[in-house]
Amino acid sequence: MKKLKSVVSILSALALSLPVLAVTGCANSEKSVVLRVCSWEEYIDLGGWEEDDLIDIDNPFIEGSPGIFGENSMVDDFTEWFNSTHDYKVKVEYSTFGTNEDLYNRLSLGDEYDLVCPSDYLLMKLIAEDKHVEYSDAFWDTENKDNHYARFVSPYIDGNDGSKFNSFNFATSQNQNENLHKKAACFMWGTLGFAYNPEKLVNTEDVATWKMLLNENYLRQVTVKDNVRDAYFATLGIIKSDELKGGELDSAAMSRLMNDTSPEIIEKAQDVLKDVKNNVYSFETDSGKADMVTGKVIANEQWSGDAVLIMDEAEDEGAELWYSIPEECTNIWFDGWMMLKDGINGNARKQEAAEAFVNFLSRPDNAVRNMYYIGYTSAIAGDTVLEYMDWNYGAVFDGEDEEFDETLTDIYEYDLSYFFGDADAVLYIDARLLDCDYASVTPITEEIEGNTYNVYSGLAVNRGRQAFAQYPPENVAERGVVMLDFGERLSDINRMWINVRCLDVKDVAPVTVIVVAVIIALIAAAVIVYKFRYKLLIRHKPKKGYKKV
Amino acid sequence: MSLRFNRKYLCIPYAVFLALFVIAPLIVIFYYAFTNGEGNITLSNFIGFFASTNTLGTLLYSFSLSIVTTLVCLLIAYPTAYILARSNFKKKYVLLMLFVMPMWINFTLRITALKEILSLIEGNISLYPFLNSVIGMTYDFLPFMILPLYTSLLKLDNSLLEAASDLGANKFTVFLRVTLPLSVPGIISGITMVLLPAMTNYVVLDMLYNSTYIMGSLIGGYFSAYDWHNGSMISLVLLVIIFIVTLVTNRFSDKDANQRGSIL
Repeated sequence: MKKLKSVVSILSALALSLPVLAVTGCANSEKSVVLRVCSWEEYIDLGGWEEDDLIDIDNPFIEGSPGIFGENSMVDDFTEWFNSTHDYKVKVEYSTFGTNEDLYNRLSLGDEYDLVCPSDYLLMKLIAEDKHVEYSDAFWDTENKDNHYARFVSPYIDGNDGSKFNSFNFATSQNQNENLHKKAACFMWGTLGFAYNPEKLVNTEDVATWKMLLNENYLRQVTVKDNVRDAYFATLGIIKSDELKGGELDSAAMSRLMNDTSPEIIEKAQDVLKDVKNNVYSFETDSGKADMVTGKVIANEQWSGDAVLIMDEAEDEGAELWYSIPEECTNIWFDGWMMLKDGINGNARKQEAAEAFVNFLSRPDNAVRNMYYIGYTSAIAGDTVLEYMDWNYGAVFDGEDEEFDETLTDIYEYDLSYFFGDADAVLYIDARLLDCDYASVTPITEEIEGNTYNVYSGLAVNRGRQAFAQYPPENVAERGVVMLDFGERLSDINRMWINVRCLDVKDVAPVTVIVVAVIIALIAAAVIVYKFRYKLLIRHKPKKGYKKV
Repeated sequence: MSLRFNRKYLCIPYAVFLALFVIAPLIVIFYYAFTNGEGNITLSNFIGFFASTNTLGTLLYSFSLSIVTTLVCLLIAYPTAYILARSNFKKKYVLLMLFVMPMWINFTLRITALKEILSLIEGNISLYPFLNSVIGMTYDFLPFMILPLYTSLLKLDNSLLEAASDLGANKFTVFLRVTLPLSVPGIISGITMVLLPAMTNYVVLDMLYNSTYIMGSLIGGYFSAYDWHNGSMISLVLLVIIFIVTLVTNRFSDKDANQRGSIL
């Protein structure tokens, strides 16, 4: 319905944009700027936390604070902070979108935003269309203590060469080797996998492959995202399963495989997707979360952040769900902040405000607030975030902690140094929360905080609970592929998707056609008979002595 | 210059509304339907539509779904409306309210509830996508069928029925030859109010896990892929279908209204 409305909204959008144009056309010397921000729905802390939501860890960014706490919304906090530290005022107009396509359609219908937060592929598309404003050099100056993004962004995301933003290139008309570095600031990131209920699996290994979607043991019990990109990715995972699992592929080769949009592959994907359609419970946009929690489905294709949310919700209902990342490969995705040319329009103060907004969100305590609120994983590393993870999942506490589990003997040393860029960045988490081959190694007995534990480490982890979904271990991150924008292939892939979803007349059984035809014929006959009932059925025989007129 | 109030001015708000939200979007749809990405005028969108077995299949599927839904609605709604309208219940308005009340609750909420009920009855509801869609749509559209039937049956002049009985017709004949013909306008408007929306109401299908596209979802599918041209073309095809159906039904009901005298 939203989509149908968009046609109607063309005019209203035009009408609405007129006054906005008048406001934004002003010169640089104004005393206040309006910052128009557009991001995903439910993708920022809206404040209003209860008292027991307080994250009681050290917060070096607010003096004298008992910890991290979202009293007001992030946007209000930013406005307050900005207005008290700058000689001009900012007013943030925060709006949201539901899908990347929705945002792109709005942009092409003339809506203007200064700062948007779409997914990686739309960022690429916007760069290819030269709609972005690059971040200023001042933004990357790590000497400035307010440049939280440059100071704290994970080296895995946007560090130097070899980080994810620089590891993949996409071609635009201007540049064959374009990347997102300096054009976008990553906000949240994650993986694509299956959220599943381990109790109902026939074999745990079933969720270790994208072929789960074709597994007849789970006929009509698994859901797929109703979104061509996620469905196509999973399908490529099925088609190229052997290649991906068999050889030692480097990340470039893996990226080529998973970004294959050649006509033959698209055709193959269509056939596989039709089989998938017949085997899965449904293609879902948002109902999957509830269906997992209520137990209608056993597994669903899910983004890591939503998987965390589902696991939390299911826990409240007394169910235990897990998250698996298929062994073929996973889609590493990013949502990032990008400034738009149409909105910023050369206004230096506006750009400054936009960069300050990104930096404010990147301040580690604010990153933690957002993570706590929405369940996704921030691109920001830094001690505060690591401390938050330890607060959340750390198994080793001192005895004073209420939740301290004295029976715990096996813990896993979860290594996150690749993300935090610090060799000491490890979490000690309950080994029962990760599914790996513990029998293959001998644990080291260690005494931590006065308790003796069997410490496991260095295993390949492919399934686990919240901690695993939030931060994949390095062995998973290594097989992560960034899915590029489909570019010119978009229309072919869309046609394939529509073909999958539509009923093909050729696939309809002749019996059905006959039945439908008979029903339609019967209806038509009934109507005709009714229309001519006087002529056909009812004989108007005049009674004796009467004459028919 | 005097600003005299003229009754015609009262329709200005509606005229503005009509121009902005009906006529202007229609022009946009026309423009997109007959052009391609480069802005050239073309008929290829339409040729593509009628040459593809997939889109024809969708048309077939939408039609089957909406026809079955309409029939089920009619079969349920007619007896209900008949009993409600012809009965001497003092509280029949309360009964009518009971049928109309679900309309006041947002239909997505109702379908969410229905989903749970169906899951209880059927177990895994994704095994019966067509059946569930019909049930969902019937649930959604039933009041639209009951109301016009109820009003047309309520208007029925009791003396006509008495006259028919006096002249020797049994109850069945009275129904067949007096009540039914006189309620045809109600049936027609009920059918138009259910048949056409049922072809595009894909939210019900989405919510009840029917992954097969109908016309509405096909348009949505094209629009979300930035393909305004094919999306508009299908909208236009739908518009033509709606136009034809309305034309046919109008003719049907008008003639019938004229026949009213001849029935007697």
